[in-house]
Amino acid sequence: MTQLHELDAASTAAAIASGEVSAIEVTQAHLDRITAVDGDVRAFLHVDTEGALAAANAVDEQRSAGAALGPLAGVPLAMKDVVVTKGLPTTSGSKILEGWVPPYDATVTRRVLDAGIVMLGKTNMDEFAMGSSTENSAYHPTHNPWDLSRVPGGSSGGSAAAVAAFEAPLSIGTDTGGSIRQPAAVTGIVGHKPTYGAVSRYGLIAFSSSLDQAGPFGRTVLDAALLHEVIAGPDPLDSTSIPQPGPDVVAAARQGARGDLAGVRVGVVRELTGAGGGYQQGVLDCFRAAVDTLAGLGAEIVEVSCPNFDYALAAYYLIAPSECSSNLARFDGVRYGLRVGDDGSHSLEEVMSLTREQGFGAEVKRRIMIGTYALSSGYYDAYYGQAQKVRTLIARDFAAAFTAVDVLVSPTSPFVAFGIGERVADPMAMYVNDLCTLPASLAGTPAISVPCGLSDETGPALPVGLQIMAPAMADDRCYRVGAAFEAAYTAANGFILKQISQLGAVR
Amino acid sequence: MSDERPTLTRDEVAHLAQLARLAVTDDELDLFAGQLDVILGAVARIGDVAAADIPPTSHAVPLQNVFRADEVRPSLPREDVLAGAPAVEDSRFRVPQILGEEE
Amino acid sequence: MTVRDDVQLDLSYDSVVRRFAPVIGLETHVELGTVSKMFCGCSTEFGAEPNTHTCPVCLGLPGALPVVNAKAIEYTIRIGLALNCSIAEWCRFARKNYFYPDMPKNFQISQYDEPLCVDGHLDVVVEGQTYRVGIERVHMEEDTGKNTHVGGATGRIHGAEYSLVDFNRAGIPLIEIVTKPVEGTGPLAPEVAKAYVTELRDILRSLGVSDVKMEQGSLRCDVNTSLSPIGVSEWGTRTETKNVNSLRSVERAVRSEIIRQAAILDRGGKIKQETRHFQETTGETRSGRSKEEATDYRYFPEPDLVPVAPARDWVAEIRASLPELPAARRTRLKSELGLSTEDLQQMVNAGVVEAVGETVQAGASATEARNWWMGYLAEQANSREVEPTSLPITPAQVARVILLVADGKLSTALARQAVDGVLQTGKDVDAIVAERGLAVVSDTSELTRAADEAIAANPDVADKVRGGKVAAVGALVGAVMKATRGQADAPAVRQILLQQLGVSE
Ligand SMILES: [Zn+2]
Repeated sequence: MTQLHELDAASTAAAIASGEVSAIEVTQAHLDRITAVDGDVRAFLHVDTEGALAAANAVDEQRSAGAALGPLAGVPLAMKDVVVTKGLPTTSGSKILEGWVPPYDATVTRRVLDAGIVMLGKTNMDEFAMGSSTENSAYHPTHNPWDLSRVPGGSSGGSAAAVAAFEAPLSIGTDTGGSIRQPAAVTGIVGHKPTYGAVSRYGLIAFSSSLDQAGPFGRTVLDAALLHEVIAGPDPLDSTSIPQPGPDVVAAARQGARGDLAGVRVGVVRELTGAGGGYQQGVLDCFRAAVDTLAGLGAEIVEVSCPNFDYALAAYYLIAPSECSSNLARFDGVRYGLRVGDDGSHSLEEVMSLTREQGFGAEVKRRIMIGTYALSSGYYDAYYGQAQKVRTLIARDFAAAFTAVDVLVSPTSPFVAFGIGERVADPMAMYVNDLCTLPASLAGTPAISVPCGLSDETGPALPVGLQIMAPAMADDRCYRVGAAFEAAYTAANGFILKQISQLGAVR
Repeated sequence: MSDERPTLTRDEVAHLAQLARLAVTDDELDLFAGQLDVILGAVARIGDVAAADIPPTSHAVPLQNVFRADEVRPSLPREDVLAGAPAVEDSRFRVPQILGEEE
Repeated sequence: MTVRDDVQLDLSYDSVVRRFAPVIGLETHVELGTVSKMFCGCSTEFGAEPNTHTCPVCLGLPGALPVVNAKAIEYTIRIGLALNCSIAEWCRFARKNYFYPDMPKNFQISQYDEPLCVDGHLDVVVEGQTYRVGIERVHMEEDTGKNTHVGGATGRIHGAEYSLVDFNRAGIPLIEIVTKPVEGTGPLAPEVAKAYVTELRDILRSLGVSDVKMEQGSLRCDVNTSLSPIGVSEWGTRTETKNVNSLRSVERAVRSEIIRQAAILDRGGKIKQETRHFQETTGETRSGRSKEEATDYRYFPEPDLVPVAPARDWVAEIRASLPELPAARRTRLKSELGLSTEDLQQMVNAGVVEAVGETVQAGASATEARNWWMGYLAEQANSREVEPTSLPITPAQVARVILLVADGKLSTALARQAVDGVLQTGKDVDAIVAERGLAVVSDTSELTRAADEAIAANPDVADKVRGGKVAAVGALVGAVMKATRGQADAPAVRQILLQQLGVSE
C-alpha cells in the first residue's frame, strides 16, 4: 500500500475527511519522513513537531465533533522561511534575523492555519530570497532530491525540495523573478506564481515589493490549485492586493485534467526558446515535445514574438536590487535581530554598519549596493526610471501576444539543476537562471511551471519544467493548460517523481 | 553602445557601502568593485531601449485610492514589541551613542 | 576675497536691515489630528507609556505593509484648499531613504515630486500691510519615533552615552507645508514669519485637522533665511534653522539669523549652506554638526502603496464643508464686536482672535471676552511661557466665568480664583466654584456687620473718612474683603461702609 507521505494533498484531505486516517497519523508520517531524509535534503530550517501535532489534533477533534472541514484540512505543509509566522522562528535565510520570533502572522500564514492545514516547519531559502540555488542561505545549502550533489533551484529551494522529497505534499514559496517556478522545474514538481496582487504580501519579508508574490508548490496541478485557493484573495492589510476575488483555479485544474484543449491557442515565445543559444539542448528537446503534446490535446500552436523580453534581465536586476536596498534598510540591529559591536566603543552608526556587514551574506550586500547605486541622484532616470519604462514595454508585449493567444509557453529555466558550488563565484552565471521567468515577474502576470520531462544531458536524468503564462487575473488558464499537459504526460510517461532514484523514495 | 558608463571604482564602492551602512572589508571592496562593475555593465543595456515617451509601470495591476478608515486597532502587547530587541531600558529600545544629527 | 576683522560695523538689527534684504522661507510640520496613525491602526494619543502604541507596521517589522489613512488624505486636502492650493489629480508616496534610529524602516514614507497640494498662498497682515506668502506645496509623510538621550550633562544628543527610542510617535500622520521664498518684507521679515505661522496655526485649528500645540510638538517649524545686499537681485546662500518650536521663537530665530549672517557678510565672509538649530535659551542659532556625506535620499515611488487620485467631486465636497476661516471670521468679528482696527490688530498679535470669537459665541460679551484674553489670561500665559490659547482652559469655560460675573455671582477677584482653579485642575468652572465655595456674599446684613467691625477696629481711618478723606475708605474695604475672604463685592462693600460712616461721595 502507498505510504501516507506519498499521497498527494487532495487524496490526503479526502482520506482525513472520510475518517480513513487521522490528521495526526498523516502529520506523524511526514515528521517521520523528515527525520528519515532531511539529513540528506536539508530542506528545513526549523521543524515544529509540537505545533504540527497540535494543529493535526485540532483537525481530528473538529472532525469528530462533526464540524465541516476545509478542502485541505489536516494536510501538512512546509512554509518558506520568508513568510512571517507568529511564535515560530523566521529568518528569511539570513543570520541577521537568527533567533527572531515574530509577534504576528502573515496573511498567508493566517489563511493556511485557518484552513486547518498543518504547518510542519519553515524551509530553507536563499538569503532574503536573493538567488536561484538556495546556496545563498546563511545556514546551509539544500540538496536536490534528484541528485543530492545538485541545487534544488531557488530561492524557494527548501520548499520545492521538501515537496519533491515527499517531506510535505504542499509548500509555500515566493517568487520575485522566478523563485517558485525555477525550483519547481528543477525538482520536478508544480509551482505557480500568481498574478501580482492575487495573494497578500502582508507578512512576506519583502525583497522587491513590486515583484514579490507568494504561491503554491505541489506534486500535482490540482494540489497547487487547492492551495492557491486557500491563500489567494483580497486583503485590506496589503494596499497592492487586488480587491476582487480571483478566478476558480480548482475548477480550472479539474477541467484541464479531462485533457481537452480544443480551441485553446498556445503561443510559443520566440525570445524564450534559445534562438540565440544559452539553453541546454535537453531542455529544448523536452520543451519541443511538450509543445507537441499540447498540440495533440487539441491546442492551436502559434509562434509569437515579444521583443522587449530581451531586456527583462537588465530591468529586473535594476528594479529588484533598488527596492531591496530600501526594504532591507530596516535590518539595523535596533529593534530586532542581530546586533554587532555594541561594546561601548562604537557609535550607533558603527554598530549599524558592523551589524549589517556581518548579518548579510555576499549576494545580499551586492544587491544592496547595486540598488543604492541605481537609486542615487544622477542615476535614477537612467536606471530605476528606465527599468520601470521597460516594464511597461514588456507588459505591452504580453498584452499584444494575448490578443492572439490564450497562454504563452516557454521552458521554465534554460538549465536543469546544476552542481552545488558550480556557479557561486559568478553572479551573472547565476542570474541567467531566471531568463525565462523574469518577463512574467516584471509584468505581474501569472505563470505556472509543470514538469515536462527529464534530461540527462549533464549526467543523471533531471527534470525540466514547462512554463505556462497567462494574462493578469487569468491564473485559471495556467492551471487548466497545466493540468491537461500533466494528465497527458503522466499517461504517457508515468508520474515523474517515481523516477527519483535517491532517498529510497517512491514505489 | 551598451556600456559607455565609466567603470565603478573601489572608492565608489566604498561610498555605496557607506550609504548602505555596510562596514565592508578591504578584501570585499576589491571583490565587489569587480563584480558590481560586471553586473552594472550587463544591466546598462537597459539604456538601449528607446523608452522616452513610455510611462513607467510600478504595479502590474493598476490600482488607486486604497485607504483604510481612521479607526484605532489594538497595538501589540509591549512585551511582544520589546521581546526581539537587542537591548531594552525603561521599556524603550536602547541604542549606542548617536553621532549624526537628527533630520 | 579677504575676511576683514578690523572693520567696526554696526550690527544692530536696524542697521543691518538698512543694508541687507532678507528672504525667508518656512517649512512647517503639522501632526494631523486623526485618531489612528498614517499607515496603521495604532492610536495617536499623546503621552502614552513608551512603545504601547506600536504594531508591526509602525515598528517596521519584517513583512509589515502600510495602508493609507483616508482621514489623513481628507485633512490634507482640507488644508490645501484652505491655503488656496490646487489639489493634485493624481499623486504618489515616495520613500526617502536615510538611516536614523527613530525611523523604524530607515526610510520615511513621504511625498517627493508628486505632492497632494501645490501652488497656494496665505495672506498675512503686519503693521497694516498685507503680505502674500506663496505656498509651494503641502505634502504628507509620517512622523518619527522619539529619542531620549541618556548620560552627559544636558540630555541632548551631544555627549550622551546612549539613547532610548520610543516609537509611539512613529507613523503619526504629518504634513509639511512649504512656502515659496518670501521677499520684500524688509525689516519686517521676523514679524511676517511669525504672523504666517500664527495665521497658519489658526487656520489649522479652525479646520479641526490638528490640535496644533507647539509645545507638544504637533506643530514644528524650520525657517530658511538668506540675505542679499540692498540693490542686489540674486539671493544669498540660505541657512535652514530647525527646532523653532514656538511663535515667539519664529520671530527670534529669523532676527538672530539675519544679524548673524550680516556679521559674516560685513566682514567679507561667506555664508555656509547648512542646517542650524535654534536655542530657546539664548535666542540664537547654532551650527549643526556637518555631515560627513552629502545627503542622498534616493527617493523612489513607494512600491507598497498605490497612487492617490482624489475624485473631483470629493474635493468639491470637502471644499463645501470648509468652515469660516480666520481671516473671514476676523472681518466678521470686527464688525460684530465693533472693534477698531487697532483692537483687532492687538488681538491678532496676541493670538487670541479665535479664542475671543469662540468665547463670544459661547455667550460672553465681546468686551469682557477681549479683556479676559488680553488681560488676566495673557498674564497667566506669559508667566507660564505658553501662548494664551495653549492654557488649559477653553473659550466656553472663560465664557462661563464671564457670565457668572455678569450675573453677580462672582466678583472679579473670585472670577480670577475660579480661572486659577480651572488652570490648576482642569475641572469645570462650576465644579471649582462649588468646591472652593466661591460666591459673592450679597447678604447685606452680613456685610453691614463686617463693615461695623472694620470701622470699630480702625477708628483712625474711620475718622479720616468722616473728616472728608473719602479715599481712605479703601483701607476699610480691604479689611472687609479680607474678613469675607474675597467673597464680597467690593463696590457694594464701599457703599455700605460710606453709608455706615454717614459720608456721601
Ligand atoms: Zn502601528
